[in-house]
Amino acid sequence: MSEQALKELGDHIAATLGDDVLKVELKLGELMVTVRRPSLIKSLTFLRDDPTCSFEQLLDVTAVDWPEREERFEVVYILLSYKHNRRLRVKVTTDEDTPVASAVPVYSAAGWFERETWDMYGVFFSDHPDLRRILTDYGFEGHPLRKDFPMTGYVECRYDEDQKRVVYEPVRLTQDFRSFDFLSPWEGMTNVMLPGDEKAQAPDTGSKP
Amino acid sequence: MTIATSAHPSAGQSGGKTQIKPYTMNFGPQHPAAHGVLRLVMELNGEVVERCDPHIGLLHRGTEKLIEYKTYLQAVPYFDRLDYVSPMCMEHAYVLGIENLLQIKAPLRAQYIRVLFSEITRILNHILSITTGALDVGAITPALWGFEEREILMEFYERASGARLHANYFRPGGVAWDLPAGLTDDIWEFTERFPKFVDDIDNLLTNNRIFKQRTVDIGIVSKEEAFDWGFTGPMLRGSGVAWDLRKSQPYEVYDRMDFDVPVGLTGDCWARYLVRMEEMRQSNRMIRQCLKELPDGPVRVEDRKVAPPPRGEMKRSMEALIHHFKLFTEGFHVPAGETYTAIEAPKGEFGVYLVSDGTNKPYRCKIRAPGFAHLQGLDFMSKGHMLADAVANIASMDIVFGEIDR
Repeated sequence: MSEQALKELGDHIAATLGDDVLKVELKLGELMVTVRRPSLIKSLTFLRDDPTCSFEQLLDVTAVDWPEREERFEVVYILLSYKHNRRLRVKVTTDEDTPVASAVPVYSAAGWFERETWDMYGVFFSDHPDLRRILTDYGFEGHPLRKDFPMTGYVECRYDEDQKRVVYEPVRLTQDFRSFDFLSPWEGMTNVMLPGDEKAQAPDTGSKP
Repeated sequence: MTIATSAHPSAGQSGGKTQIKPYTMNFGPQHPAAHGVLRLVMELNGEVVERCDPHIGLLHRGTEKLIEYKTYLQAVPYFDRLDYVSPMCMEHAYVLGIENLLQIKAPLRAQYIRVLFSEITRILNHILSITTGALDVGAITPALWGFEEREILMEFYERASGARLHANYFRPGGVAWDLPAGLTDDIWEFTERFPKFVDDIDNLLTNNRIFKQRTVDIGIVSKEEAFDWGFTGPMLRGSGVAWDLRKSQPYEVYDRMDFDVPVGLTGDCWARYLVRMEEMRQSNRMIRQCLKELPDGPVRVEDRKVAPPPRGEMKRSMEALIHHFKLFTEGFHVPAGETYTAIEAPKGEFGVYLVSDGTNKPYRCKIRAPGFAHLQGLDFMSKGHMLADAVANIASMDIVFGEIDR
């Protein structure tokens, strides 16, 4: 998988799909293509069927949450071409309310991957044949992998001897969840002016008295 | 064998014949043939499976969420607990992902040790997979014999890492420490008699009439279906696709390794069994090659911003002490970027999609578990088969819930 071959592939995709492609990136030797949300299915079908691309397999669908962005979710499709021995990531962006078209008609494997993405992030996939929660508990509320979902969750369950069943209760922590800020001023604040820094950047006035 | 939850009143007399309506049956989550906590809701017509809907997530521990709150180094042990029958391979994908983001490469000796233990892990995994699969279709002896060998292999694990199962041995930039004295000799001794064990299992199972009746032509997966459903590893090779990431996208020193990739012809449970059997022999070959070629040298990168200094140095050097302290409190910072790194785990392509935002904790770590995609295919593989064949299918998928539920 040479960089050159991937670059050519990226150019080919950008040229053929035209306006549907928003961005083609080649970083760390891995190719990423961001497409417009409405043309996702068209793009995936093209990537699967075009002989130059020939991405036969969808390996995974997942999302990344960037709460500060306008469209906070980045849905990522990881593809693999057996014919050319190449990998590609296709990305679309969306928010909590806007559905993404389901990739099940193109790749059957997308079914569970999208269910998981729905479960974990609340990204809605339209026309999905069976969009149920998959990993979380029956009757679970919320989408745990969102950045605004606390790591300790909201409810905990235990077996209640009196009621003879499992009961759910709000989480009670004997000690608050501790999160340490390890971003030291030496590495996390490289561009921040700390007291005394101005001396280092003062122009060399040359002669000492 | 199983508990029926909602059996409809099944018998309706019509014209002297008893008509059996399809009924829904619950399989698991506590069932020895479910390989963990799999709950299947099956629609059966008599004993024929019409639909099967796996309910998963009973072992969901939120690994991906937890990793987001840990430093890169602290997250390594979580990977042992994913696929707990092949722990070191899981770690391998993760450390390779970090190394890719950091743009560092482990020293040669460390790469050999990692390959050595990845292949030991593959044997560990396949012994469990084959023998418990045989157990599911009625053969008890292989499991008894296989677990003895597994115990020996886990002893090697323990001598290298200190733990039989959850090794936590691989580190970004190498391995935790060098192999103890004498371990290589003992592994060599093991590889000399291991082929005999594989032959014994071969004699017990491969041409066994009952075993073949239960596996031949069961759960046939065509090449196209395997692509479409995201199958990887032995599930793909069993369907006649010659694809192995160790050959096609070699990582570490796999490009120096001399091994063959077995490919099944029929795509049924028996073909997948044969593929796994041959993979054990090939792994044995690779272990021997690793031991023969194992070079001397460091087992971890010398960069003190990633790997801690040796204990002796810390006694004398203030700088080494500071590095040690910073590494184990704050951890190292990984430049912003993202990578999808995949390895050929015993069960298939195990990938880690790692997104870094430049801090000391992963921003997002998506774990691509091969078993997740395979289990999704259980529905189409079992359709039209008997209930007992669904069990054979589950066994041939090599399901482990640690990685599926995460």
